[in-house]
Amino acid sequence: MRLEHNLIYIKDVVLGDVNKVEDGVLTVDVEGLKAAVMTDDKVKDVKVDLAKPGERTRIVPVKDVIEPRFRVGRTNGFPGVTTKYEQAGDGVVNILKGAAIVTIGDMVGFQEGVIDMWGEGALWTPFSKTFNIVVDITPIDGLDPHQHEVVVRLAGLRASTFVGLAAENAAIDETKVYEIGTMAEEEAKYPDLPKVLYVQMNIAQGLLHDTFFYGVDLKEIIPTWFHPFEELDNAVISGNCVAACDKITTYQHQNNALTYDLYEQHGKTINFIGNIFSPELTTLDGKFRNCDYCAKLCHQLGANGVIVSEEGYGNPDSDLVMICSRLEKRGIKTALVTDECSGWDGTSQPLTDTAPEAVAVVSSGNVSKVIDLEPADKVLGNIKSAQTLAGGWDGCVAEDGSLKVELNAVIGATSEIGYHNASVKLY
Amino acid sequence: MTKKVLFYLNQFFGGIGGEDKADYEPSFQTELVGPPTGIMPKAGDVESVGLIICGDNFFGQNEDETKAFIAKVIDETQPDIFVAGPAFNAGRYGFACAGACKVAHEAGVTCVSGMYEENPGLEHCQSFAWVAQTANAAAQMRKALPIMANLISKLAAGEEVTPEADKYFAQGRRECILVDELGSTRAVKMLLARLNDEPFETELPMPSFDVVEPAAPILDLSKATIALATSGGIVPNGNPDRLQSASAQQWNKYDISEYDQLKGDFYTVHGGFDPVYCNETADRVLPLDALRDMQKQGKIGKVYDFFYATTGTGTAVANARKFGEEIGKELKEAGVDGVLLTST
Repeated sequence: MRLEHNLIYIKDVVLGDVNKVEDGVLTVDVEGLKAAVMTDDKVKDVKVDLAKPGERTRIVPVKDVIEPRFRVGRTNGFPGVTTKYEQAGDGVVNILKGAAIVTIGDMVGFQEGVIDMWGEGALWTPFSKTFNIVVDITPIDGLDPHQHEVVVRLAGLRASTFVGLAAENAAIDETKVYEIGTMAEEEAKYPDLPKVLYVQMNIAQGLLHDTFFYGVDLKEIIPTWFHPFEELDNAVISGNCVAACDKITTYQHQNNALTYDLYEQHGKTINFIGNIFSPELTTLDGKFRNCDYCAKLCHQLGANGVIVSEEGYGNPDSDLVMICSRLEKRGIKTALVTDECSGWDGTSQPLTDTAPEAVAVVSSGNVSKVIDLEPADKVLGNIKSAQTLAGGWDGCVAEDGSLKVELNAVIGATSEIGYHNASVKLY
Repeated sequence: MTKKVLFYLNQFFGGIGGEDKADYEPSFQTELVGPPTGIMPKAGDVESVGLIICGDNFFGQNEDETKAFIAKVIDETQPDIFVAGPAFNAGRYGFACAGACKVAHEAGVTCVSGMYEENPGLEHCQSFAWVAQTANAAAQMRKALPIMANLISKLAAGEEVTPEADKYFAQGRRECILVDELGSTRAVKMLLARLNDEPFETELPMPSFDVVEPAAPILDLSKATIALATSGGIVPNGNPDRLQSASAQQWNKYDISEYDQLKGDFYTVHGGFDPVYCNETADRVLPLDALRDMQKQGKIGKVYDFFYATTGTGTAVANARKFGEEIGKELKEAGVDGVLLTST
C-alpha cells in the first residue's frame, strides 16, 4: 500500500469568500463553509471564527478537532461516514498542514475541552500550535443527546472537507510517501528485523464514547487488524467525548503519532506489520474476549514486539494491563502508553489496575494536575461551560475570566497515542 | 541569598553521651559538633543558625514537649532548611528525626535527613522530607554526609533534585512535566530497547495494591438494614451540593426515606458514562426501586434512610480511600448491616 501526504504548510488563515491558499495563507470561504454545515436540517445555526497561535484566545467547549484535507482523485471526505465506502490508505491526500477545524457549541456531555492559544494553557495542548477555524454549531431544539452528538460530529467532518477544498489546487510544499508491501514482501526484505504491531485501544462504550472505522462502530467489532495507512487517510473518526485530555480527536487519528514514529523505524530497526484496534468495552466478559483475542491476533501475526496505547482511564486501565500480560506471557515484548490519575498533589495511586508484566510504560502525564489559566482577551464559545467539563468544577471560572482546571479539561494534554510531550517524573 | 540551616542530633552524635544519656532533655546551641561539622563545608551557600540536641528516649517519652521545644527554636532562628541525623538504622533516632522534621515541615521549613531503608522512622517523613539513602551503620558516616550536603546545597540553591541522581528516598510525588520528546517517540524507543535487550527505564512503575478482606456474610437479610452507595454521581436534580462530574473532591448523602424510587427526582452528573438511560431512571444506577420491593416482600429488613454518592471517574485513589473511610464510619455508627455499592 502506498499513501502520499502532500503537505501545504499553512502560515496564516483569513476569512473571505473563496477557499484558496496563497503563499501559505489559507483563505476560507465563510458563507460556503456555513452552507456546508447547514446542509443538515438538524443544524439551526453556525458561526465561524479564527484562533491563531499566540493570540490571547480561549476556545471552550471543544468537541472535536479535524484536519482539513483533499483526497485527490478519490471520494473526498471520510469513507463510510460522509461519503460512500471506499478503501482508504492507498492514494494521494493534499493536506492543509498547520490548519485545523475545531468544533464547539452547546455541551453535549461533560467531556468536551479547552484550547488556549497562548501562555500556560498553550503549553498543554498540541492544538495551540495550529491555525484553528472554529465552527460553532447550534442544533435545532428538541434533539436528544444521541442525535445532538451525531449532528455536531458530522458537521465538523463536513466543515473540514469543505475547507480542505482549498488544498485541491494549492502548491505542494513537501510530499511524504508511506509505503509498505504485503507481509510476505516485507518479511523477505527485512528477514532479520523484529516484527512490530501497534495495538490501539479505543473507548467503545456508547453515547459520547465511540470511535468509528469506515463508519463502523468499534464497540460492535472484535479486535481487528488493519493497515496503518487507512487511519492516516480518513478511515477513522472520533465520536468520542471522553475526558478531553486523552480522547483521540479525529485530527489525531488522521495523524496518529505512534503510527508515524513506527513507520519511521520501518525497514531500519523494525518490520512494522500493522495496527490493531482493541475496543475497550464496559463488560467484564467483553474485556476478557477482546483482550484475549487481541493477544491471540498479535501472536498469530508473529509479532515480536507490540506497542499498546490506551484511550481514557479508569476501567480501560484493566484492558491495558490485561493485554500486556497476555502478550508478555506469549513471549511478545510490550511498551505501553497511558496517562495517570495521581491526584492534585501527584501522590495518589496512578492506575486503577496493575500487572507485574507491565515493565515498560510511557506516562503521558497526570490528568489531575491543576493549571491556572489567565483571562483571555477573546473567548470563542462559552467560558461558563468550563465549570461542567470533566476537569472543571463549579467555581473554577473566576470573575475576571481566569480559569483553574485539571489537565483533564485540556484537549490532547495527556494524549495516550503520544501526540503530546507531557510526562510524569517521580520526586 | 545565603540560606539558614538548623541541625538536629541525638545525645550520642551530639557528644552528650551514650545510652546512659538517652533521656537528655532537648537543648539548643549555636556551636556545631559531630556530623554537621562534616556537612557544612560541602553544603553550598548556607550558614548554620545552630544545633538542637535531644536524647532519643526523651523524645520518645516526651514527644509533645520536645516538639514544642523544636518549634520554639525554629520560631526564634527562622531557618530555611532543617537537617536531622543521619540516623542510619537506629530506630529511636530515626523516629525522633522524623518527628523533628514534621515540626519543621509544618513550619514551612525544607527538611533533610539521612536513613537506612529499613529505618522505621523513614515512613513517617519520606513523603515530605528529603531523606538521603545511607548504609545501616554509622561506620559509613563518611559516605552519608556528602549525600546530605549535596541535597542541602541543591535545595538551598533551588536546583532540581531527583531520587536517582541525588540518592534520596523518592517522596512519592508524581509531578506532571513537559519533556523534549513526544510520548510516541519515547514509546518506540522503549520498545526498541527491549527488543535489543538494551537497558530501559519505565516512566510508570506499577503501583502495589491493597487487598481488602471481604466482610462476613449477613446471616439474616430479612432483619438487615441495607444502605445504598454509589460512585455513579447520583444527586438530586440541579446538583445542589455541586458534586464534580469527574475527579471528585467530595461525597454527598441524601435522604431517601420518603422515596420509593429515584426516578424523576434524581439524575447523574458523572462525566464518564452515557447518562441518557440513567437520567431517565436513576434507579438504573442506584436501585432504590428494587430495594423497596424487597423491603415490602420482607426479603430485607429496611433500606437505610440516606444514600451516599460520589463520582468515580478520574477520582484519585487517595480521595476515594478517604471518602470510603468517612462513609464507612457513618454507616457503621448508624448500625447499617450491609451496603449495596454500585459503580458505573
